[in-house]
Amino acid sequence: MLKVPFISSQEEESTVDAVIREAVATELPTDVSVEMPNPAVEVNNFSLWYGDFQAVTEVSIKFPRKKITAVIGPSGCGKSTLLRGINRMNELIGGVRTQGNVLLEGTNVYADAVDPVEVRRRVGMVFQKPNPFPRSIRDNILFGARVNGYQANEDELVEAALRSAALWDEVNHDLKQSGLALSGGQQQRLCIARAIAVSPEVLLMDEPCSALDPVATLKIEDLMRELAKDYTIIIVTHNMQQAARVSDFTAFMLSDDTARGKLIEFGPTTDLFTNPSDERTEAYITGRFG
Amino acid sequence: MAEDTGTLGRSAAVFKASMQWRRLKSHFFVVLGLLSVLLGVVALLVLLVDVIVQGSGWLDWQFFTSFDSRFPARAGIKAALFGTLYMMVFTMLLAVPIGVMTAIYLEEYAGDNWFTQFIQVNIANLAGVPSIVYGLLGLQVFVRIMEMGRSVLAGSCTMALLILPIIIVASREAIRAVPPSMREASFALGASKWETVRHHVLPYALPGMLTGAILAAARAIGETAPLITIGALTFVPFLPEHPLDRFTVLPIQIFNWVSRAQSEFHHLAAAGIIVLLVVLIILNSVAIYLRQRLRTRY
Repeated sequence: MLKVPFISSQEEESTVDAVIREAVATELPTDVSVEMPNPAVEVNNFSLWYGDFQAVTEVSIKFPRKKITAVIGPSGCGKSTLLRGINRMNELIGGVRTQGNVLLEGTNVYADAVDPVEVRRRVGMVFQKPNPFPRSIRDNILFGARVNGYQANEDELVEAALRSAALWDEVNHDLKQSGLALSGGQQQRLCIARAIAVSPEVLLMDEPCSALDPVATLKIEDLMRELAKDYTIIIVTHNMQQAARVSDFTAFMLSDDTARGKLIEFGPTTDLFTNPSDERTEAYITGRFG
Repeated sequence: MAEDTGTLGRSAAVFKASMQWRRLKSHFFVVLGLLSVLLGVVALLVLLVDVIVQGSGWLDWQFFTSFDSRFPARAGIKAALFGTLYMMVFTMLLAVPIGVMTAIYLEEYAGDNWFTQFIQVNIANLAGVPSIVYGLLGLQVFVRIMEMGRSVLAGSCTMALLILPIIIVASREAIRAVPPSMREASFALGASKWETVRHHVLPYALPGMLTGAILAAARAIGETAPLITIGALTFVPFLPEHPLDRFTVLPIQIFNWVSRAQSEFHHLAAAGIIVLLVVLIILNSVAIYLRQRLRTRY
């Protein structure tokens, strides 16, 4: 059972709350700044509200270039919102307000002169449930390229994207078949191929394996390791084993009574999992809550 | 039964409902439901059989190729059939683009403010306004103020107003049924709002919008009152050749024949009803066919 600390009632104060309260009370030094020269994405003091509801509170984090960074934390900790804050997907819902900034290769994506459409071309995204368009595999790959004014050879782009997503050998016999005719794992790889066909600089993945079986999950994880040679990848996951297996760096987020969506700890994955500096991180990764 | 067995132990004694009576009640409602279904089906069948018996003898080539006449043997529905056809072409050309664009605007672009809510309430209300009111509006606005006369175009404009709410509501529902994940996928690839609507929302919503449009057309074909109000003629011995020509339509022709004294004209009316019903069945079948076909493609 997942338990979100900030919604539990006073009557049944859980051990989880007790653990967090204790941790907050002891005021551990939570040094979340890791030395990270030349990051691909830099989030500075970023807060986000849906109407009056604050979902992310003053997060600062530097995502290292061509590495995989996992963002972990219990439900409602703001990790998906933070991810969607990077390519401004949150704005598709009305009433969103932000503070602070997100630098993509040094440019603030929230600057007035920046069009979110251009940001989303440069920051690819893969969603929780595979969502290929109900069209041919070829058209799935080419849609993004076409609307963004791709001029070169289309066949080459389709092949290159499918090869990068480790899907070419499975589908090259019939690129006209519907993307929906593929299995769940293949659909998710098609979505990855579609995302990288517009040459993004960063790839965001919002729990990309939560709808997949273990075999398909491992394939996606292998693919991520392969893609990390060329792309900066940020993955939100519920699955701590997955974060430990696949990522180079891990960020741990949490909501508590004082603020929602705070970054608690960020560091190299091995350090964070073997020697967490914050008690709440330790409580979460050892399965004491979440 | 001992006292100490507790509430549960004694409970068998307090359940006294007769199984027989309960089963009877179940059967009773099955029969009642079946009767309700039969009532509608039988009424329709009786009507159909009556119309076919009366009219089928008069359905010949001459009936389709002749104009109306004082002599039943020489009367036909050519003018009404073509009048209906012309009117529907203009009606759909007017109503479908405006209706679909309205739906797209309301669903995709309009914010949730008092103005949109005001429009939404009005559209819902318009769908319930009696058709004769549209006729009066058409008479004043299209026939008189805009000086279209009692023409095909005036009739089409009136009918377009009448079916616009139906098309808007059906199109909005079709657009709302597009999965949000589809929009997200498109936006995440760097597509603009219009590109997302054009390439993903509209194709996905097309079957639903088409079905709505065809059902609206079927409604318009059967409407009589607004056209009588704007003065569509009952005796038209010519084909409308221009949008501003005078015209008649099938329901008005049928209404005209029914109201004549000679019984032969009543047979002609029955034949006209058969034609109208066939047109409606064809339209509805096309709607179902398109829906199925486009669903499987998407």
